[in-house]
This record gives sequence, C-alpha cells and structure tokens, in this order.
Amino acid sequence: MYFRMKIKRKNQSHMMKRRDFIIKSAGAGIAAGAALSLGGYKKLMANAPENQSYDLVAVMGGKPEAMFDLGIQELGGMGKFVSKGQKVLVKPNIGWDRTPEYAACTNPALVKRIIEHCFRAGAKEVYVFDHTVDNWVNCYRNSGIEKAAKDAGAKVVPGNTENYYQEVSIPGAKILKKAKVHQVLLETDVFINVPVLKNHDATHMTCALKNMMGVVWDRAYWHRNNLHQCIADYAMYGKKPVLHVIDCYNVMTKHGPQGVSKEDVANLASQIITTDWVAGDAAAAKMIKLDPLKVDYIKIAHDMGIGNMNLDSLNIRRIKI
Amino acid sequence: MSSSVLKKIRQAIALAIFIVFCAIFFDFRHLIPEKYFDIPLWFQFIPSAIKFVTLGTVAGLGFLAVLLLTLLTGRTYCSFLCPLGILQDLFSRVGGKFKRRFKRFGYKKPHTILRYSLLALTVLVIIFGGIYILSLLDPYSIFGRFATYFGKPVIMALNNLLSGILEKFDVYTVAPVQISLFNPLLYIIPAIFLLLVGILSFTKGRLYCNTICPVGTLLGLISKISFLRIKFNESRCTKCGRCAIACKAFCIDFINKKIDNSRCVECFNCLKSCPDKALSYGFTTSGVKKNIPDTEKRKFIGGLLLFLTGLSVKSLSQEETQKVEHKPSTVKENKTCPVAPPGSTSIENFTSRCTACSLCVSACPNNVLVPSITQYGLTGIMQPHMDYHKGFCAYECTRCLEVCPTGAIMPLAPEAKKLTKIGKAVFIRENCIVETERTACGACAESCPTKAVHMVPFIGNLTIPETNDEICIGCGHCEFACPVIPYKAIFVDGLSAHTAAKKPENVQTDLKHEDFPF
Repeated sequence: MYFRMKIKRKNQSHMMKRRDFIIKSAGAGIAAGAALSLGGYKKLMANAPENQSYDLVAVMGGKPEAMFDLGIQELGGMGKFVSKGQKVLVKPNIGWDRTPEYAACTNPALVKRIIEHCFRAGAKEVYVFDHTVDNWVNCYRNSGIEKAAKDAGAKVVPGNTENYYQEVSIPGAKILKKAKVHQVLLETDVFINVPVLKNHDATHMTCALKNMMGVVWDRAYWHRNNLHQCIADYAMYGKKPVLHVIDCYNVMTKHGPQGVSKEDVANLASQIITTDWVAGDAAAAKMIKLDPLKVDYIKIAHDMGIGNMNLDSLNIRRIKI
Repeated sequence: MSSSVLKKIRQAIALAIFIVFCAIFFDFRHLIPEKYFDIPLWFQFIPSAIKFVTLGTVAGLGFLAVLLLTLLTGRTYCSFLCPLGILQDLFSRVGGKFKRRFKRFGYKKPHTILRYSLLALTVLVIIFGGIYILSLLDPYSIFGRFATYFGKPVIMALNNLLSGILEKFDVYTVAPVQISLFNPLLYIIPAIFLLLVGILSFTKGRLYCNTICPVGTLLGLISKISFLRIKFNESRCTKCGRCAIACKAFCIDFINKKIDNSRCVECFNCLKSCPDKALSYGFTTSGVKKNIPDTEKRKFIGGLLLFLTGLSVKSLSQEETQKVEHKPSTVKENKTCPVAPPGSTSIENFTSRCTACSLCVSACPNNVLVPSITQYGLTGIMQPHMDYHKGFCAYECTRCLEVCPTGAIMPLAPEAKKLTKIGKAVFIRENCIVETERTACGACAESCPTKAVHMVPFIGNLTIPETNDEICIGCGHCEFACPVIPYKAIFVDGLSAHTAAKKPENVQTDLKHEDFPF
C-alpha cells in the first residue's frame, strides 16, 4: 500500500519529465503517431475507460524499442515504477551462448531501451545480470546484452560464482522455502523482469515466472523437487519484480529453450508489459498457441494467488502499430 | 661482444619467455587468442617432436630448429627457451640469497650413468610401450603441470580477493572465478616433481637438468660438438676459480682448464665472473680431441635415431588396441570408455601423443577437461579426459584443439567440431525425476545443443527424455545438467574412436499472428 501511495505522489512530479521524454525520443513519437493514424488506437480507447490503470499492455507490429516506448506510456510511464535516486535491477534472460537472431536470450535493444527509461525516471544506478546456463562470459558477450546494457549506462554484474548469492526464506512457499538469491537483487530498490518468450522442452514454455531461475544459485534443486511448484513458489518471495516486460519480438517456437537453428524462430514483433506475471505468462502462452492450462506452473501460481491467469477478467490494453 | 652483455641478453630473453609461458597457463579469463599459443609452443622440444611425428608438418618442425640451435650455440635452449629451466634459475637465484655461493657451486663430476640411463629408459619405453616416461620427464610438461595445478589456483585466488575488494566499491569489472580443484591424488606427481626440481635447483643449480632431464641430456650430447661454446684462454687464466663458483651447472674444471660442454647451459654467468677475461663464448678452433673416438657422441647419434624411430614406430602402430580401464561397477552410470576431447580422433591416438602438459586443462573455459587418474589406465595418469560432472564441452568452443602443442588434440574447423561424436548419451530411465517423482524436469533436454536429447509426451502435461544417437555428439551438457544425485539419470559413454554425427535437421516455423490471440 505504501508503495502505491508513493507511486502516486511521484507520478505528479514526473508528469513533465515523461512528456519531455516522449517528445525527445523521436522513435517513440513516430511509433505513437503511427499507432494513432492506424485507427486501432481509437477503437481500443472506446473499450477502455480513460485514466484506468491496465493490468496488461500488449503491443504488436513494431521494433522492440518503439513497442516499449508506447507500452510503458500506457502503464503510466517508467516514473510510476522507478523513483529518483533508486537502484534498479533489470533482469533479462541471458542464459545461452547464442546470438540475438536465435532468440534464446532477451532482445538486447529492448534491454537497452528499458535501462534508458530507468535513467530518465531518475534511477541512480541500473544493474543487469543473469545466472547463465552456458559460459557466462560468452553468454553476456554473444547475446549482445552486455554491450547494450553498458551503452545505456548500466552496470553489468557477473552471476557465475556462489559467493554472490545469499540465502533468503520464501514465506508461503510449498517446497522452495529457501533459496540463495543474487546479492544485487537484495541491494537494489526496484526489480524489473525482462524475460523472452520461448518454447520449452520440459515446461512447454518459459517466460516471466520461469525467468527467476536465473536469479538463484541452485537451479538443480528446482529440477529435482517438482519444477512447476518451485517456479510458482519462488514468485512468493517478497522482493518481487514491479514490472514484467515480455519480449515476444523474435520467438523461439520449438526446440526451446536453447534452439537448434534460426528455423525455430518466428518474428511475432510483439511485446507484453504487465505488473501481473501470471497474466503475462498466460497471455504469452497464447502467443505460441499454447493453452496456459498446459503449463502447470501458471495454474499453480494462479491458485496460490500470485496473479490472475484469467485474461478475460483483466483490463488489457492492446495496441497494434 | 662484451661478456656481461651476453648474460643480460640471456636474462632478458629468458624472462620474456617465462612471462609468456606463465601468461598462457594462467590466462583464466581466456583473453589470449588461441592462435598466439603456437608461437612459444613451437620451440618446445618434446611437444614439437611429437607433433612432427603425428602430423609431419612445418608446425612440428620446432624440435629440429632446437637441434640446429644446439649444434650452433650449445644448450641455449635450456637457458633461454625452456620454461622449467628458467624457473630453476629463479629458484637458484633465491637459493643463492640464503646460502653463500661458493659453498654451493664448484666443479663436480657428472652423474654419467644416471643421466644416460634415464635417457635410454625414456627412449626404450617410447619404442616398446608408449610415452609415459617421456610425459613424466618432459620439462615443458612438468612446467605446465606446476603452472596448472599450483600456479593458476593462486592467481585465481588473488583475482577473487581483488574482485571482493572492488565489489565493496560497487565495481564489477573484475569478476570472481570458480577455482576448480581436482582429485587430491592428481597433485601427487606434480608435487613430487616440484619438490625434486625445487630442492635441487634451490641448492644445486642445474643439477636436475644435467642428471634427470632427458632433453637436457640429449641436447648435452649435441652441445659437445656445437660450433659456439664457452672456452678458456689458457694464457690469461690465473686459476682464481671464480668461474667455477659462478657456474650453476658445476661444469667448469678450472684446475685443468676444461669445460664439460655437455652440461654447460650457456648461461654466461662465468663470463661475467672472470676478472681476467680468460673465458669467452665463440667458435671453437681446437681439434685436439679429433683422433680420440668420442663414444658419447656415438651414443648420442644412436640415441637420437632410436628416439626418432621410437616416435615413428609408435605413430604407425595405430591398429594396436589400447586397453582402457573400466570404471568400477559400483558406479551406476556404467561408463565403458572414457571421453577424450574432440580432435583427438581416438583414445589410442590421444594417449600415445599427450604428454600431460595440462595446457588444455588450463585453457578450457568450461573446466570440463580434467586430468585422469585411471580412466586411461595407470600409464595414462594425468592425461586429461572429459569429466561431465565438472563441466560440459561448449558447442561453439574449439580452444583445446587450438592450443595442444603435441597434436594429441588436433585442430578442427568449428563446424566440423560440432559434428564430431566423442561419446553418446545414455538415458537411465529408472533414475529420472520424471519417472520416479512424476514431476517435470527436462534439464538434460534444455541443455542439449543438437536436441539429440529431447522430451516426448509422458503422463498428462509431463514429458520425459529420449535420446537420438545419430545426432548426439557426446558434449556432456545433459550429464552435467542432470540434477539427480548421487547417480545421474543420463550420462555420456565415450567412444574409443570418434565418429561423425549427423547434422540436426530443422524446418522453418510458420507461427504468426494477425491479431492478439488473447
């Protein structure tokens, strides 16, 4: 509650900034203009009352940066989530030693744009890291994320050794009652989750909830002890992401989560931005023509009250560019 | 040339070479491109000789260059180019600070029987058995083991210390590294040699090089007839004995004004020590010994021929099957064969060429190459194998193939390496979480770079692993990722001879949306 009040208060002071930012950022301006001129914008506006806060914003048909510019604006701008002087953790998926066109890792351009928005909102410091599956140096480099993040002014933090991880307890968890999480997560004020949507061999899909496997040290424990339950359990941990930006620009539709070749990738040119990761995952599942009920952890998380997988009952903003 | 300049040149080159070798072995961040490794390694005598016999190419001609260099200049290899020799000079220098020089050095008789016996033994074993003794005694490989098993962990620990300090200041540019330690048994051989080489050099200069090292003994035979060597100007010498005290090889008999050139390592310390300039380094003119049959020279020629034939015999006898020790049956993952790194073509080729210098162990970014204990049999101790409990062979990586100085691991193009089958995944269904717990896992399949391990429908929403031998390359990522303890539910069994895997097939996905599907 306190957080929400704080956000509202901050909101006022950031109005100007936000407007300035949109004007300055040419890409966003053009994209917004395009969206308006296509008419879809107005039609959608009719369905959604003004000034209403959306549970989920979905954007389709643009570049990742432009889609984020539009989408975050619909959610009230980054200033609603990041306040002046705060330290922010942006957690993309950098799990695999693959170049961006394989879509095994989050789109680097999107990561860069999110970091820029954080700084514009007054963030003091932005950190980026992932506990990678492949050799971390290669993952950071070949995914293009290390360069993109550094170019935007973020600090890229390694996550390859156990000494970075500290044990925390997860109240309300059924199995994963304790986990060792990266210290950057504990030391930052705001946590932004930037998963990439992918097909997954074992859980059928990986997205927002499963991306948390990259902030803990011992993933094997999850695999050994009911993977789906552990994924949902982790979402009970107090230090939750305030925002989930789901990259559906290039999507690995099969052979996930690593992919065999570029044939696995479909250019869906979409993005889902939400504060409810269960809703985000449910919507993302549909993007790869998957029934959310087939993904056990979505249902478990829904039942545990972590979020809402019933998209029909949510206030969704859809934007086609 | 002035005598003190020669010594300074020697020191400068030796120091540079030593730093280069430390750099390539300590490069835990893998910053030095593989292509540069060839330059310093080309001159390493034993690895280069093995590479020559294996490949027969220019890449392996470094040993001939060393032989020619020795014929021309004496044992300069030992003082200028051999990392173990330079390391001993450093030890000896420190030792000199503790013990007064004149008590340590002076003329001593050579341990003729011991040194030639060790050389003969090495050669005989090469001819009749393999390169086990050579691997143990090759000075470059000994240095490599010191660097890998004792030096590198210290450097990494220092890095982690620095990283920890910087982290306090919110600086993450120096990342900590996981120091991977091996089975304690594996430290025994390097430790014995470290003690032996360390104590001998600390107290007795180059005694190790002139007694135990087969390369030193071999080159000593050539340096006896080298064109350039240290010589006495008898008229100038006052028999003060300073040269003998300065000589770390104990080879200057100043009373009789003779130098044992088979032991002289061309360090030029004596030149600097002589106040009367009675010693010089230059072309020999005297033919005094010409009429006396030089038995040692004959021994050398015979030895050299044996050495070379031994190597070639070994390389031609590839049909002969190498007995591979089986893992004890108590291990549920029933590995029938160890996994040799890609590029080694077969266990037999690998074990007959690898001198266990451990450069690949140091160079491997994923810590999957681990010195073996009995995986290749006791004779293959310290030769690296792929330990998939420690790491996995990264799909894109070809680093070990590039750095190997002996040709035990031969270079492959990246695309060829991705299709080189070094083992095959074996799924143990009874161990698998999905089967036993009926919960999802798939850690093996998600790690598989070719999807040779993939998931097939099981009960309800569950999927269970299945393997496809045709496209499996044996990289071991599945085994590494399998979370089941203590025995894995999937493991890679090595292939005694590597084969080619099929390229994974794939079809273009047709997924697209005109509108939001929700």
